[in-house]
Amino acid sequence: MARYAREVAVVAFAQSDHLRRTDELSEVEMVMPVLHRVLAATGLKAGEIGFTCSGSSDYLAGRAFSFTMTLDGVGAWPPISESHVEMDGAWALYEAWVKIQTGEADTALVYSYGKSSPGSVRDVLTRQLDPYYVAPLWPDAVALAALQARALIDSGETDESALAAVGARSRDAAAANPHAQLRGPVPQGDYQVRPLRTGDCPPVGDGVAAVVLAAGDLARRLCERPAWITGIDHRIEAHSLGLRDLTDSPSTRLAAAHAGVFDAPVDTAELHAPFSSQEIVLRKALGLADDVTVNPSGGALAANPMMAAGLIRIGEAAARIHRGASRRVVAHATSGPCLQQNLVAVLEGDAR
Amino acid sequence: MTAAPPPEVLRAPLVVEFPFTRSLGPVQSAFLTGLRERTVLGVKTSDGKVMVPPVEYDPVTAEEIRELVEVAATGTVTTWAWNDRPRPQQPLDTPFAWVLVTLDGADTALLHALDAPGPDDVRTGMRVRVRWAAERTGAITDIACFEPCDDGPAGGEPVPHDGGFADAVTGIVAEARLDYVYSPGRAQTAYINALSERRTVGERCPSCHKVYVPPRGACPTCGVATTDQVEVGPAGTVTTYCIVNIKAKNLDIEVPYVYAHIALDGAGLALHGRIGGIPYDQVRMGLRVEPVWTEGGRYPDHYRPTGEPDADYDAYKELI
Ligand SMILES: [Zn+2]
Repeated sequence: MARYAREVAVVAFAQSDHLRRTDELSEVEMVMPVLHRVLAATGLKAGEIGFTCSGSSDYLAGRAFSFTMTLDGVGAWPPISESHVEMDGAWALYEAWVKIQTGEADTALVYSYGKSSPGSVRDVLTRQLDPYYVAPLWPDAVALAALQARALIDSGETDESALAAVGARSRDAAAANPHAQLRGPVPQGDYQVRPLRTGDCPPVGDGVAAVVLAAGDLARRLCERPAWITGIDHRIEAHSLGLRDLTDSPSTRLAAAHAGVFDAPVDTAELHAPFSSQEIVLRKALGLADDVTVNPSGGALAANPMMAAGLIRIGEAAARIHRGASRRVVAHATSGPCLQQNLVAVLEGDAR
Repeated sequence: MTAAPPPEVLRAPLVVEFPFTRSLGPVQSAFLTGLRERTVLGVKTSDGKVMVPPVEYDPVTAEEIRELVEVAATGTVTTWAWNDRPRPQQPLDTPFAWVLVTLDGADTALLHALDAPGPDDVRTGMRVRVRWAAERTGAITDIACFEPCDDGPAGGEPVPHDGGFADAVTGIVAEARLDYVYSPGRAQTAYINALSERRTVGERCPSCHKVYVPPRGACPTCGVATTDQVEVGPAGTVTTYCIVNIKAKNLDIEVPYVYAHIALDGAGLALHGRIGGIPYDQVRMGLRVEPVWTEGGRYPDHYRPTGEPDADYDAYKELI
């Protein structure tokens, strides 16, 4: 626990059901019930939260400053201390964690959401690529993941049947997750971009996640079994894909080392691997032993609401500690093409 | 007050288009101008690696790098992915392979498309060459795509190049168009549908009882859903206003005119609209106004005085 100035724990987690479309709901209508549930779990009122931080992307909604609308669901009057990242909510959680470490807040509400249904998310995501050399070619997220998958197959680290098994295992696990979008057996399907088939790719959907963080004894009062964040770090690769070894994720490995993943065994891993091939890369980078339970929630292959799927990994990891199902969990979030950016957190329950 | 009926949610196409104008630094300028002249340039890092496409700073040392070299237009595929169904705006409209290609003389790979008959004709390690676009402007798309070739690796070292071209490209316009189907959600659908009947509806917060117009489905103070629909107006009170002296582009309204905050009767906050039917210098706080609809209009064109006496300041001071 001596790694950081303050002990900080995830004390509550809530998420929406993740659905292909939510036309009848505006963003705030989608977000608000999840915020109510996560606050109710702690007994805190919005006005009692020290810091609020959210993650989302205007490109999904097709509108500028779309996140300001969801603030209505927080109850932002009287004024609150608030911030936003144009990223997955896992990075909003990192900002909130830093805020608590500085002593400026004792509690934080972190939420994120993605409503991909209004647009074509494969085309939308091309706009986050290098605007000079790459974006003008409009390579979509599936195409870039497929280049990574081919590199892994060529290197002998996996094959198409092993990739299919990752997808099948994920959706089998998701059968027990009432929030997941794809649950139970899903046909492996046709090639989307070869070598990736439908079953290797995440569903496109809308969804929301929220967590509450609290420091020290306050966390113990708010939660019977707090999920302590004993390590957290995030790292990024060089932005040009042609410079990178796509079969590896040195940024994940470095973040994991700084977060203390390798200091002791983990029993569970919640990995944000939107494509089956990316789980292969992450398992290697994190050095996961064969007996580690990977993505018991079903992971991103079962529900991948953009900007929320990474925060969900931290939330699912914490929820397992809350209910005593895990003791030491590694949670991972990614952003950008081919595991461009990676955040790694270690969550631990009190020894009992 | 009636419970909101479950409305058929509104949907409409929403197109977002943006032509970002981007400046090129010296390295990117040389590279993209080079493509226009069918010349592929890279940069050499301090440890002798040649990067194509070139970057301005070494990704390892963060050193500025400016040493340009020319590499071959032939190369080797390092990884690939077969794209059966090209999406709009991708380099080819027939099935093709995405490829990372390390050009002869380069140490890093360039992303582009490979025109090949089918996935069985593509493999890692295959030899390819640049197919130049017929019309070139100084953009990555000056490479139309790659095509298979039988040549072995081109011999020789990358050749130093001064990066000097006549009429260098110094910027690009990154055009983008994204298509969405916008849906305003339940609360705003009810508001828009009511406007089509020339009615204005808001929603009441069950906690603080404020009536929001237009409703967004949530009370920003209490952070709870607003679900009770309330009809407000049609008349209202000017709570504050400004006089506009600048004529907006494509707006057919003579200046000066008055733009005001108007608290419709029964509403818990003011919305804004133009005031007409009265000289601009006679508009005042407390003025009672009503909406004026034009034929086929989907919202009030403007508000005009009702002729009633002005509202007491105390009646609207909380809404300013
Ligand atoms: Zn209220």
